[in-house]
Amino acid sequence: MTDSKYFTTTKKGEIFELKAELNSDKKEKKKEAVKKVIASMTVGKDVSALFPDVVNCMQTDNLELKKLVYLYLMNYAKSQPDMAIMAVNTFVKDCEDPNPLIRALAVRTMGCIRVDKITEYLCEPLRKCLKDEDPYVRKTAAVCVAKLHDINAQLVEDQGFLDTLKDLISDSNPMVVANAVAALSEIAESHPNSNLLDLNPQSINKLLTALNECTEWGQIFILDCLANYTPRDDRESQSICERVTPRLSHANSAVVLSAVKVLMKFMEMLPKDLDYYGTLLKKLAPPLVTLLSAEPELQYVALRNINLIVQKRPEILKHEMKVFFVKYNDPIYVKLEKLDIMIRLASQANIAQVLAELKEYATEVDVDFVRKAVRAIGRCAIKVEQSAERCVSTLLDLIQTKVNYVVQEAIVVIKDIFRKYPNKYESVIATLCENLDSLDEPEARAAMIWIVGEYAERIDNADELLESFLEGFHDESTQVQLQLLTAIVKLFLKKPTETQELVQQVLSLATQDSDNPDLRDRGYIYWRLLSTDPVAAKEVVLAEKPLISEETDLIEPTLLEELTCHIGTLASVYHKPPSAFVEGSRGVQHKRLPVRAGSGESSESPDASQPVGVVADTPPAVIPSQGDLLGDLLNLDLAPPTSSGPPVVPSMQMGAMDLLGGGLDSLLGGDIGGSPAMGGGLASAPAAVAPSLGAPANSGLDMLFDLGGSVGMPSGSFVVPKAVWLPAMKAKGLEISGTFARRGGVLQMEISLTNKAMSVMTDFAIQFNRNSFGLAPAGPLQVLTPLSPNQTTEISLPLSTVGPVMKMEPLNNLQVAVKNNIDVFYFSCQYPISILFVEDGKMERQVFLATWKDIPNDNEAQFQIKDCHVNSDTATSRLQTCNIFTIAKRTVEGQDMLYQSIKLTNGIWILVELRVQTGSPGCMMSVKCRAPEVAQLVFQCYEMVLKTSSDA
Amino acid sequence: MIHSLFLINSAGDIFLEKHWKSVVGRSVCDYFFEAQEKAGEPENVPPVISTPHHYLINIFRDRIFFVSVIQTEVPPLFVIEFLHRVAETFQDYFGECSESTIKDNVVIVYELLEEMLDNGFPLATESNILKELIKPPTILRSMVNTITGSSNVGATLPTGQLSTIPWRRAGVKYTNNEAYFDAIEEIDAIIDKSGSTVCAEIQGVIDACVKLTGMPDLTLSFMNPRLLDDVSFHPCVRFKRWESERVLSFIPPDGSFRLMSYHVSAQNLVAIPIYVKQNISFFESGSSGRLDITLGPKQTMGKQVEGLTVTMHMPKVLLSVNLTATQGTHKFDPVTKVLVWDIGKLNPQKLPNLKGSLSVQSGAPKPEENPTLNIDFKIQQLAISGLKVSRLDMYGEKYKPFKGVKYITKAGRFQVRT
Repeated sequence: MTDSKYFTTTKKGEIFELKAELNSDKKEKKKEAVKKVIASMTVGKDVSALFPDVVNCMQTDNLELKKLVYLYLMNYAKSQPDMAIMAVNTFVKDCEDPNPLIRALAVRTMGCIRVDKITEYLCEPLRKCLKDEDPYVRKTAAVCVAKLHDINAQLVEDQGFLDTLKDLISDSNPMVVANAVAALSEIAESHPNSNLLDLNPQSINKLLTALNECTEWGQIFILDCLANYTPRDDRESQSICERVTPRLSHANSAVVLSAVKVLMKFMEMLPKDLDYYGTLLKKLAPPLVTLLSAEPELQYVALRNINLIVQKRPEILKHEMKVFFVKYNDPIYVKLEKLDIMIRLASQANIAQVLAELKEYATEVDVDFVRKAVRAIGRCAIKVEQSAERCVSTLLDLIQTKVNYVVQEAIVVIKDIFRKYPNKYESVIATLCENLDSLDEPEARAAMIWIVGEYAERIDNADELLESFLEGFHDESTQVQLQLLTAIVKLFLKKPTETQELVQQVLSLATQDSDNPDLRDRGYIYWRLLSTDPVAAKEVVLAEKPLISEETDLIEPTLLEELTCHIGTLASVYHKPPSAFVEGSRGVQHKRLPVRAGSGESSESPDASQPVGVVADTPPAVIPSQGDLLGDLLNLDLAPPTSSGPPVVPSMQMGAMDLLGGGLDSLLGGDIGGSPAMGGGLASAPAAVAPSLGAPANSGLDMLFDLGGSVGMPSGSFVVPKAVWLPAMKAKGLEISGTFARRGGVLQMEISLTNKAMSVMTDFAIQFNRNSFGLAPAGPLQVLTPLSPNQTTEISLPLSTVGPVMKMEPLNNLQVAVKNNIDVFYFSCQYPISILFVEDGKMERQVFLATWKDIPNDNEAQFQIKDCHVNSDTATSRLQTCNIFTIAKRTVEGQDMLYQSIKLTNGIWILVELRVQTGSPGCMMSVKCRAPEVAQLVFQCYEMVLKTSSDA
Repeated sequence: MIHSLFLINSAGDIFLEKHWKSVVGRSVCDYFFEAQEKAGEPENVPPVISTPHHYLINIFRDRIFFVSVIQTEVPPLFVIEFLHRVAETFQDYFGECSESTIKDNVVIVYELLEEMLDNGFPLATESNILKELIKPPTILRSMVNTITGSSNVGATLPTGQLSTIPWRRAGVKYTNNEAYFDAIEEIDAIIDKSGSTVCAEIQGVIDACVKLTGMPDLTLSFMNPRLLDDVSFHPCVRFKRWESERVLSFIPPDGSFRLMSYHVSAQNLVAIPIYVKQNISFFESGSSGRLDITLGPKQTMGKQVEGLTVTMHMPKVLLSVNLTATQGTHKFDPVTKVLVWDIGKLNPQKLPNLKGSLSVQSGAPKPEENPTLNIDFKIQQLAISGLKVSRLDMYGEKYKPFKGVKYITKAGRFQVRT
C-alpha cells in the first residue's frame, strides 16, 4: 500500500467526495481523507475549498491526524485568513496540553501561519511557552519568536519577546541556547544596528559550554555567533581557540568550516612567537584536507574557502599540494577551483610536480579546464622564476599539438612571460608566428599583435604581418583594434622608413572610420604625438614597461580581510563582501579581523589601522583590471599619476611639424583640453547660459526657506518647512500640519495640531499604514492636555523604521491615520528621503569602487541640478549634514567630481557621483543604487539641499 | 535559513516542493534549469546559483536534484550537509531514494520534512529520533494500521530529543547483545603513465552496528592509534579522552552508525596493492589503434585481491573494439564510449590481460586525449593503512556482548593515467 493511491481520484466530484469523507464519523476514514487532501495539495491542486472541513478534524487526540491538519493549515491559512481564526482556539488549547510534544507542535505551527490576525492571539501562548518547564517546548518557542518577527517585527518588540529570547541564551539546556542564538541571529540580520547579540565574556562562556553539548546544527549557530565577538586580549582569544579546536574533528563539514572561521579570526590576536600559535596552524590543515574527500558539492564550497585561507595564511596548506591534484572524474567546478589553488601553492619546492600535472591536464577533454590549465602554466612561469624555462618549453610542446584553443591560450600566456622576463625567450617568436592564421579569439589575436609590435625589430616581416591584420580592421573587436593601432605605431617608430604608409592608414582608420571613442582618442593622441615631437613619441610609446606582478587574481587585502571574517558563508563562495550582493535585509557592517594589541610587543604592528602583517614577505601588488575606469580615476588623487594617463601635449603647436601632412589640423580642431568624447565646436556653451536666469528664481526660493528657518536646522541637518497635511475642513475642525526631520540620529515627525472647531478635542492617537521603509511611530502620540478651541500644540513624534513594509507609490508616501474623540481622519504626506540617511553611511573607498562596478549600468540615473551656486567644498559640507558622505574628490578639467555614499535605514546603499563645474550654476549627478526607484528621490534631496541657503 | 526545497528529476520535472516560510514560486527554478542546461552533465551543475532575489543551493543525489532556496546569508555547507541528510533519511526510510519511492510515500516525506526543519532551522535530523516520531513504512505496519486504526506517528516525545545524548533512546532491549565494527578503507590514488604514484591517500571509516541493552559505555582501543592524526568523529565520541589517551570512548547510538572517519595521506603509509601495465596507442595513419593492459599484485600483504574491475572512458571518436581477455568479461558501450573489463579475482600466477585492436571513425583525427583507467577492487581482512583494533570494553552494563571487528580495503578513486 503506497501513498500513490491518493493521487488516483481525479474524477469530477472529487472535492465533494472528500468533503463527505472528512465529515465521516470513522476516524480511519477521516485520516485517509486528510491524507488525500494533503497529497492533492502537494501536487499543486487547489483544495482550499475544504478548509472548514479539514479544520474540523483538528480537535482530535490522534497525533498524526493533528499533524496532517496542521500541514494543511500552514498551506492555506494565508488565503483564508478569516477561516484560519477558527483554528485559533484549538491552538490555544493545545498550548496548554499536558503533552509537551503537543504544546511544542501547537506553538510551532501557529508561528507558521502567516496571518496578521492570528499573530495577536499567538502572543500569550508564546509567552507561556518561552517559560515552559519543558526545554523541548522552550526551544521550539525560541524559533517561533523569529517566525513572528518575520511577520510582524513591531509586535515582537512591543511584547518584549526579544528580551525573553536574550534571557534564553543563559538557559540551562544547550539546545535551547542554540535555538535562541539562531533566532537572534536571524532577527539581527534584519536589524543591522540593533545590539541584539550583545556578547560579553560571560555570555561567551555560556555559549562555549553549550557548544559542547548541543546538536551539530546548534554548534554551527553558536560558532557563527562566536565569530562576531572580539576578544579583549590574546589570553581570552587563546582560551576561546582552545575550546573551539575540538570542533575541527566533527563529522559535519559545516561545523568544521565554522570552527575554522572562528580560529582564523581569533588567531589574528595571538602573538606569533607563541607555541600555541604554531600548534594551531598545524591543527588547521588536516580538517581542511578532509573536507576534500567529501561529496563534490561540499568540496566546492570548501575549495572556495581554502582559496581564501591560502591567500591569508599560505603556511597552513603549503605541504598539502597533492590533495589538490585533479581526478579526471571530478565535476568541472571542482577541477577549476583545484587548479586555482594549485597555482597559489606553487613554489620552487613543488614546481616540477605541479608542471607535470598541468601538462597532463592540458590534454584533457574539457575545453574550459584545458584552457585554464594552459594559463596556469604561464602563471607558474611568472611566479617561480626557476621554472620559467621549463614552462616555456612545455608551452611550446602544447603549441605543437596544434589544438586550436590550446595554441591560443598558450600565446596569451607567453605574452605575459615576455613581459616578465624581457629579452630571454624571444627565440620562440618564430614558432609563434607560424600559428598566426589559426588565431580566431580576440584575446589571442591581441596578444600576438602585441608580440609582433613589441619585437618588430626582430621580426623581418612584421609590417606584412600587421598589414594582414589591418585588412579586416573594422571586423575586429576593440581589444584587437587598440592593440593593432599601438603595434603599428611601435613598428613605425622602430622602422620609420618603410612603414609610413601603414601608420597613416591605421591612424585614419582609427580616427575617421571608427565610432569607438577609446579608439579615436588613442588614434588622435598618437597622431598628435607623432606630428608634434617624434622624439617624445618614441620616449612615450617605446618606454620601458613596468614589470608585471607575480601573482594575478589576488584578492585585494582589505577585502580578503573582510572575507576571512565571512568564511563558510555565501560571501566566501562569491569572494565578494556581503554588502555587494545581500541587499536591504542586512546592514552592511564590514567585519574586520581583530588587531592584536597590548601584551608588550606592539612593535609588530606600528599602525593600529593596518592589519597585522601575517604574510612575512611583502604582499604582491594587485594589478587593477583594465577598463577599470573609475578605479583609475579614484586612484589619481591617491598617488601621483604614473604612466597610465595619456601624455597630452599641453599647448598646440599648430603646424609646427607637419609630419603627416594636412587634414590633421582641421581634425584636431581646438578641443584637446576639453572632454575628448566631445566633438569640436561644443566648447563651453552650457556654462554661459545659466547665471542670469538663475538669480531671480533662486532668491525666491531663498525667501521661502527663510520662512522655514525658525524651524530649520538646529542640528545642521536639513528640514523642510511644515506644510498643511490635513485642512480643518476635512477633519471636522482639526488641522494638522507638519514636517519630518532627523535630529541626532533620531527620525522625528514634527506635527502641529490646531483645533479650529468649537469643542475641546481629546484622546489623540496616531497610526501609520505600512510603507516603503517601515516607518512607524516609536511611541504614542502624546497630547498632554485636551486641545481647546483655537489652540495649537506642537509635537515631536519619534519614529522607528522597523514597522511593516509595503512598497508605496510614490516611494516616500506615508498614509497616516489620526484619531481623536470626534473621529478618525486619514491623510497622506510625503517625507523627504533624507531623513532615512543614516549616520554610518560612509563607505570604504574600495568597497565603493567595487560596489559601483557591481551595480549594473541600467541602474544608473543621471540628473541635472540647475541654478545652484555652490562649489564642491560647500556642497560637501552641506551634504554631510544630511549624512551624505563624500568619499573621494578629484578635479578634472575644472570640474570637481565628488564621489558620495548614502546608506538608508534599511541598509540600501546609494552611490552618487556629483560633478560641480566651478563658476557655472549647475551640477550633474549620477546615482547608482540597486534599488533604482530611489534615484529620483535622492535627486530631489540634493536639489533641495544644494539650492537652499545658497546665500547663507 | 532554508526557505524552500524543490525535488527535480533528471527530466527537469519538479515533482515535490516544500516551503518552510512563505511560498516561493516554482519559477525560481528556471534559474536552476538555465544553469543545468549550461552545465551539460548533471554532475557539473554548480552547487550554488545566485538569482536576483534568492540563492539556490543544490545537490545531485541518486539522479534527483535537491534544490533549496535561501534568501539570506546562510552558510552554504550548512545547507548542503542538510540536503545530504534529507537524501540519507529518504534512503533510510524507503530503502532507496528515487522519484517513485518518494511519490509513493509522499505523505511520510512531507511529515519528515516538516519534522526535520522548522522555520528553516534543522529540528530533528538523527535517524533514531525521526524513527520514533514517524515510523518507517513497512508492509506489516501498514496492514496493522489499517486493521487497528493506529497511526504511524509516535505520540510521545522522543526520549533522545532532549537528553545530552540525543543519539540514543532510553529503554533499549535485546536478547542477543552484539557490537560489530567494520573498518573500511578506500584508497584514492593517481598513478601516472610510468607506474609511479602521483598522489595516494586513504579514506577510512569505522562503521558500527551496535545492538546492546540499556546504556552501555564502550571503549575501543587501537594497536597503532598514531596512524590517526586526521579524524572526525560521531558526536557520541568523547573528544577529551581521544586527545589524552587515544582511545574511543562513547555511549553508542542504537543500531548502525558511522563511528569515525579518518584520513591517512602520508605517502609512505599508503601501500598500492596492484600495478597496471598498459599500452594504448592510436596510429597516425589509418583509423585504428591498439590496447594492451595487464594487471598484477604489488603490495597486497599476502591477501587476495578480488572484485577487480577496470573502467575506461574512451575517446569520442572510437567506434568499436576487438579485444580478448585472458580472464573475466569485457564490454564496450558504443554510445557512452565506456569500456568495462570485469576481472574478478586476481591470480598472481596467471596475470589477467586484455589485448586487441581499436577502430576509430574513418577520417577523424588521432584522438588527443588519453583515456584514464578507473580501477576497482576489494581486499577482505585487511586495513591497508595497518590499522588494528586491540580491544573493546564495555562499562555500565553487566551482560557479555558478542563482539567483532571486520577489515576491508577497497579502491576509492583509483586512477591510472595513460
